[in-house]
Amino acid sequence: MATVRSLSRELTPLPASRFGYAEARHLLWRAGFGGTPEQIQTLAGWGLDRSVDYLIEVEKVTTEPVREDEFQSDIIRPATEEERMAYRRARASQDENVLARLRAEQQRRERMDRQQIAEMQRWWLRRMIETPKPLEEKMTLFWHGHFATSFRKIEDSWMMFRQNQLFRTHALGNVGDLLFQIIRDPAMIKYLDNDRSNAEHPNENLARELMELFSLGEGNYSEQDIKEGARALTGYTFEDDEFRFVDRNHDKGSKRILGASGRLDGDDFVRAILAQRNCAQFICRKLYRYFVADVPLVEDASQPDANAFIRELASLMLRARYDLRPVIRAMFRSEHFYGATVRNQQIKSPAQLMVGAVRSLLTPTRDLAVLNDALDLMGQDLFFPPSVKGWDGGRSWINTSTLFVRQNIMSYLLTGRMPQGYDPSAREVRYDGEPLLASLISADPDARTNHDRIVEFLLRFTIGHAPSHAKAELDAFVAGHGERVSGDVLTALVLLITAMPEYQLT
Amino acid sequence: MPAPDPCAFTRRRFISNGLTLASAAIAAPAFLQRTALALPGLRPDLSSLPGVPQDKILVVVQLSGGNDGLNTVVPFGDPAYYRARPQIGIAQRDALVLSQEQGIGLHPAMTGVKGLYDDGLCCVVQGVGYPNPNRSHFTSMDIWHTADTSATGDGWLGRYFDSECCGHGKGESGSEEPQGQPGIAIGRTAPLAMQGRAIKPIAFESPALFRWTGQDVHESLHEPYDALVSAGVSDSVDPGSNAAFLMRTALDAQISSDLIRRAVDRGASRSYPGTPLGQQLAMVAAMINAGLNTRVYYVSHGGFDTHAGQGGPQGQHANLLRTLGDAMKAFYDDLKRQENAERVLSMSFSEFGRRVGQNNSGGTDHGTAAPMFMFGPMVRSGILGNHPSLKDLDDGDLKFHIDFRTVYAAVLKDWMGAEPKDILDQPWRPAPIIRTQG
Repeated sequence: MATVRSLSRELTPLPASRFGYAEARHLLWRAGFGGTPEQIQTLAGWGLDRSVDYLIEVEKVTTEPVREDEFQSDIIRPATEEERMAYRRARASQDENVLARLRAEQQRRERMDRQQIAEMQRWWLRRMIETPKPLEEKMTLFWHGHFATSFRKIEDSWMMFRQNQLFRTHALGNVGDLLFQIIRDPAMIKYLDNDRSNAEHPNENLARELMELFSLGEGNYSEQDIKEGARALTGYTFEDDEFRFVDRNHDKGSKRILGASGRLDGDDFVRAILAQRNCAQFICRKLYRYFVADVPLVEDASQPDANAFIRELASLMLRARYDLRPVIRAMFRSEHFYGATVRNQQIKSPAQLMVGAVRSLLTPTRDLAVLNDALDLMGQDLFFPPSVKGWDGGRSWINTSTLFVRQNIMSYLLTGRMPQGYDPSAREVRYDGEPLLASLISADPDARTNHDRIVEFLLRFTIGHAPSHAKAELDAFVAGHGERVSGDVLTALVLLITAMPEYQLT
Repeated sequence: MPAPDPCAFTRRRFISNGLTLASAAIAAPAFLQRTALALPGLRPDLSSLPGVPQDKILVVVQLSGGNDGLNTVVPFGDPAYYRARPQIGIAQRDALVLSQEQGIGLHPAMTGVKGLYDDGLCCVVQGVGYPNPNRSHFTSMDIWHTADTSATGDGWLGRYFDSECCGHGKGESGSEEPQGQPGIAIGRTAPLAMQGRAIKPIAFESPALFRWTGQDVHESLHEPYDALVSAGVSDSVDPGSNAAFLMRTALDAQISSDLIRRAVDRGASRSYPGTPLGQQLAMVAAMINAGLNTRVYYVSHGGFDTHAGQGGPQGQHANLLRTLGDAMKAFYDDLKRQENAERVLSMSFSEFGRRVGQNNSGGTDHGTAAPMFMFGPMVRSGILGNHPSLKDLDDGDLKFHIDFRTVYAAVLKDWMGAEPKDILDQPWRPAPIIRTQG
């Protein structure tokens, strides 16, 4: 592990002795979607290195692989020769009946496909909730936001599924591999119009975003690089759902991109990008924003510690030839990651909030369609990022409307309460918070009858600390209900805590 | 100047004593002061004083699905219209005549709009569109929302909000800068049109949903909720931190929620049709009446994608248009009673019109140019522009001759008092829609 031995000062690991309950809790929330008190205790017992390795080495956890036939591949497909003939005949003879029938068939397929993308959203949400490999899903979501592609333009759910699988396969793999794959990804090619690009009329969209948003960041390439890069990418297209390189549309002339020259193709373009230190720097900055703290996308002088940390991560990424694991391992082991300015400071994304609540508080999942709807209302509609820039994250998640949705989806999970009336699940499926207290009661049996200890424990577990005013309010609440933390009082305590502004942070 | 304890101002006191708040704010710490200014405040003293310049309000009415413009504003004088629409065409005797000499009239179901037109409260903008029309619902809607034919970028009203509130990061929810809720959309989610960089609009289907539902679980949760969630920023928290930002937003949310719900509860007028659009506009009118400082309201009316069986003087499309007309009429009648009508401009649009010829299913397919309606006492009432020709077509579709961005420019410049070229990229010349004052 040469890379680990040569860690610089910025990446100094947290001393093993300082990895306790609070640190394990932090790691579970950031590297995944939070954990139960038991899971936190387990990680704290394992110590820093074993915990980080467990989270990163996802292949050691056996799960059922995603089935390729999970969804239908050909709801949206090119017309067959027969269909094309029929259409041409109908057009020529102006046979409105046939044309109407063909239109109706097309609309039926589009409706089915919209249903399938909705199923896919629920499928992914369930996966995040149930996976034993949370970091894999969390990185899949990272790449979805990084290589943002929206069904709104693609209108082919199967392409979105394939892209999602691409991100999952390479979730903790190699950045270079992902870039080589993304210029061959039908959804991306369609999203950024590369299927309309050819040697005579190169379309610059993919070349521009490949550098600006996917690898180098604004200002680290020239307009000439975009022009020549677009030429290198000509001929990269797809047929039906598969990548095709169409030789006759490819510009075979010589080009000069980011200092490389010759008869460059798309792969040469990606290689030229990977040779730039800025590529590692940019990816590491995005990773830092996702896992550590919300810093500006373009480096400025405001956060010198974060900047130094990101620079060292980038050096490590270059030494590791763009393998992600050493980088992510160093990040999760670093003292910096566990610092007071990092912990409990990040605004949870909608997915993190909701999936994290189910996983850590052990709430029922209730109706996935309701949860999926809430994701949309909170601004994170899966497979529908708002633009190629992805989700801005941080404070942009929060406004007065989304904050109510955030509070209300917690009341839904805990009690089945909907904005109007209760979910049908509310009667049969009742939240049981008792398992949360198991570790407390076994270590401290007296806590059962001392509600202030239960309140303190719950606050530390849910929001990471126990502010005195919150303790006092919640204690008074329990006292008003007969001093005993019964099942309903426990649910009410959790309900109140999840409405606190502090619960939006991790 | 004694500084009151910030925690002493609970939400309840804010609400019960709104006017004291405004003066108390002078001595209050930053977060209270900000909130006091930021409140979409109840301002009964300012809502209808004659002669006092008042904030103008825009109400956008989105007709989703692609409204059939040709059966909305009917060219009954043109035989080509009846040739193209043998079954669904509106006969001259049925049309509500707007101009005998131009040979155009409204669909017979639009008596509400006709009433507004006759009272001088309606401007019909003819043949509105944009170059190289897109016939996808999504894309064309995005083009209208972004005011950009590439269908990308922030919303046009969002850019207006941003430009009014001094730039990125300032005025965002929970920030130190004074702001209100500049835009309120009635609906599940806020439309792209209102999404700015810094300013994000709020959206709710009804004010009853713009609140914490946990309080319905048990009444004893109210007190602790107020103390834990709506207490503002606690002393121990760094004011620049995300925690403080969230605490400010939570307080904002609670105050806005209380005000908006009280406004609607108190002001709900019974004179509106029971249609969803009628009820949305009733809520908007109640919020206007309560004096919220919101500048833009957004409502929508869907179902215009009439590929089959759209009907003629009666039927599917007729019902949609009746709903629109009756709701707008009730809205302006109500605003007049409130003495707020002069402050309110309404604008309806749809992502596209429909093809000239009817299809074989008694409906119409996606087309291009269509009329827009502008409502309010301050519009230049009448017909703006000629009806698009039914002979000079573009592959069976109408050619536009008023770019929708000139309408936006008029709304921005002549109504909201903003500089359109900062918001719309290009210096579009405002269409003559708003009466010039004085």
